[in-house]
Amino acid sequence: MSVEENVNQEPNYLEYKSNRKGLGAWIFSTDHKRIGLLYLYSIMSLFFIGATLGLLMKFELIAPGKTIMEAQTYNGIFTLHGIIMIFLIVIPGLPAVFGNFLLPIMIGAKDVAFPRLNLLSWWIYVLGALVAVSSQFLGDGPPDTGWTFYAPYSFKTTTNMLPAVLGAFILGFSSILTGLNFIVTIHRLRAPGMGWFKMPLFPWTLYGTAWIQLLATPIVGITLLMIVAERMLQIGFFDPALGGDPVLYQHLFWIYSHPAVYIMILPAMGAISEIIPTFAKKTIFGYKAIVASTLAIAFVGYFVWGHHMFASGMSTFSLYTFSILTFLVAIPSAIKVFNWLATMHKGSISPETPFYWAVSFIFVFLIGGLSGLVLGALATNVHLHDTNFVVAHFHFIVFGGTGFAFMGAMHYWFPKIYGRMYDTGWANTGWMIFFIGFVTLYLPMFYLGMIGMPRRYYDYLPVFHGPNIISTIGSWVMISGLIIIVVNLFRSAKYGKPAVKNPWGGRTLEWEVGSPPTLENFDTIPTVTRRPYDYS
Amino acid sequence: MELHRDDTASKLGMWLFIFTELLLFGGLFIVYSVFRYKNSQAFHLAAEELDTFIGTVNTVILLISSMTIAMSVTAIQKKNKKLTLILLSITQVLALAFMVNKYFEWGAKIEHGLFPGSSSLADLGHGDVLFFGLYFAMTGLHAFHIIVGMIFIGWIMVYVAKDKQSHDNYALLENSGLYWHLVDLIWIFLFPLFYLII
Amino acid sequence: MEQEKHHIVGYKVYIYVLLALLVLTGLSVAVTSIELGALTVAVALILAATKGALVLTYFMHLKFDSLMFRVMVSLVLAVFAVVLVVTLLDYLYM
Repeated sequence: MSVEENVNQEPNYLEYKSNRKGLGAWIFSTDHKRIGLLYLYSIMSLFFIGATLGLLMKFELIAPGKTIMEAQTYNGIFTLHGIIMIFLIVIPGLPAVFGNFLLPIMIGAKDVAFPRLNLLSWWIYVLGALVAVSSQFLGDGPPDTGWTFYAPYSFKTTTNMLPAVLGAFILGFSSILTGLNFIVTIHRLRAPGMGWFKMPLFPWTLYGTAWIQLLATPIVGITLLMIVAERMLQIGFFDPALGGDPVLYQHLFWIYSHPAVYIMILPAMGAISEIIPTFAKKTIFGYKAIVASTLAIAFVGYFVWGHHMFASGMSTFSLYTFSILTFLVAIPSAIKVFNWLATMHKGSISPETPFYWAVSFIFVFLIGGLSGLVLGALATNVHLHDTNFVVAHFHFIVFGGTGFAFMGAMHYWFPKIYGRMYDTGWANTGWMIFFIGFVTLYLPMFYLGMIGMPRRYYDYLPVFHGPNIISTIGSWVMISGLIIIVVNLFRSAKYGKPAVKNPWGGRTLEWEVGSPPTLENFDTIPTVTRRPYDYS
Repeated sequence: MELHRDDTASKLGMWLFIFTELLLFGGLFIVYSVFRYKNSQAFHLAAEELDTFIGTVNTVILLISSMTIAMSVTAIQKKNKKLTLILLSITQVLALAFMVNKYFEWGAKIEHGLFPGSSSLADLGHGDVLFFGLYFAMTGLHAFHIIVGMIFIGWIMVYVAKDKQSHDNYALLENSGLYWHLVDLIWIFLFPLFYLII
Repeated sequence: MEQEKHHIVGYKVYIYVLLALLVLTGLSVAVTSIELGALTVAVALILAATKGALVLTYFMHLKFDSLMFRVMVSLVLAVFAVVLVVTLLDYLYM
């Protein structure tokens, strides 16, 4: 219970007693806050698996030749690592955990528009996860196509593709239903007085993201079904022997998977937009520009997918078109970075853990984003396609972007979610070690890519050895940091100092309810008069 | 906790779901466009295997069923429960007729060896393989949606009969209508693309 | 929650729309007996799009509902159209 709680006696959402007992009170709960935590714990468990796979890969790569596993095993490991990290962690990530928990509160609502659908989304997520992971244990060996399931190999390989593909298909429904729920919630449940332009920026990014989840996911859904049809019925769409075209698969796959990266990064940017004003004690610079940039990224992001296919044999016209659009879509992201920095400028900085995550986010996101431009330019792409440069790029921008923002959000909203404070010393130590490890792990990969080391390769030439050693050591440092962070959060959730309603001095609605909130968040729905981040 | 209904939210939810269905079929339309462009002659010849008459009949069936379900919303607004149920029943009968036609169409194709994976189809060449692959994939996915639609409408009919849907509470009926119109809309495009290639 | 306007569409409107749809269907079939060459697809799609517009506007109530729905439908169709065209262009320019 929060320290300044009046003698209200209404239990908070963690303590609330329903007619169900124990686990059932959680896994059958339609409370958006409990569902957010269900997602948090599922995602953390799966992340543990995905990270272990990553560590195993890095260990294998510490030296050329076989270190701890055979080539086929390596292929299966990078495939599962990708499937888990992409479909089970970063795509659901921020929307499912922080969107679910915070969105209704931030807009002054008691829950999302369709609470039962929300619970169903989580159950579908769990089902999809189980089906996808089952691919490791049934049939003829773990899938080895990479998470991108490229044709024709994906329908020729004898490994266990169906559970992996169907798992991804099922997970798509979870994503779509969450998006649907959030769009209706934002349209219909904003508190009186909260016009669109009084809504905070995290909900805005959830809105943009929700449209992408809604419109892009079905295309990969049908494409995955086409892979199933190819494997089981020899339908022919992607098989050259039957008249099909494997490059068409790539088009369809990336028509979803490129917008998917905006599903990953938009809510991350939204969280950063929440954190920075609070710890700069200054209103966000250029609120409307950030809103416009959010919508621009969501919209333009639909039309750049071909930049994953520059080496596939596309027409020259497409090469030019996709390259230009790729450069264009970088602009709104740059606007956001500028606005975040401008917010900090002449602000009154409060150096707390979420702020460190936000600032380091900007650093790694910049590196990731700029390396994206190198890949977006046609001439350099030819040299770097399918090398470790690409691996570095997407880890900086996805793990660096979504991952760092997730950590920042976790530390920012932790007091609200658990009603307790974490140990700042350990949190900051964990952050520092993690950050150093992260950069050590991924920076060498840019260099490795430039001198020619391919991605998804189990073995490599001796010239690539040195940087690989540095990179692997980086993975150990990073994991140590992560362990410190997670242990700190776990212990603090149980034993941390009780938190007040508004420990950071934030100016958005979630800081006006209890830490933790009651079941329905608000006793009475507030009428909103002020803008968010109003520090006047 | 006070319970309140937001019919606009329900309608918005249904429309958003419809958007996902449009994109789902959209993926197949993309595949169709690419392969028709690359194999226009072969598609033209393969399409002659399809019976334009049955295709037209099926189109008419779905158009009428769209009208009847749209009318059922008017009927319930006018408190005419009996007419509402009659119109919904007609919709169901028409849907069933569509499925029966489909069954015979598909049966004939399969009997002639024109189905995905068959060697006689592969022998006919790439254009035919792709045309019939798309034919079965798209009409199959469509038929699946008809079955789901029939279940949905059947369930709504029970609600109407039990007065759980009525003149001042008919959002579910309306939404089932929207779903059904989507099924009709998709067929409106499938019909010329498969049956009317000249 | 606010009481929404309950616009009741008369049965006759629906009958007229159906008649229009049947006429357009008949037209699409009739047109197949004319040799149009490259225009075939365009004509077929225009007729289908007209039918689709009628279903959306009247059967699906877009004409009588809030502008928000019309905006959303238009935007979604536009995004899909662009994705379709951009993909096709790759093959056209091969």
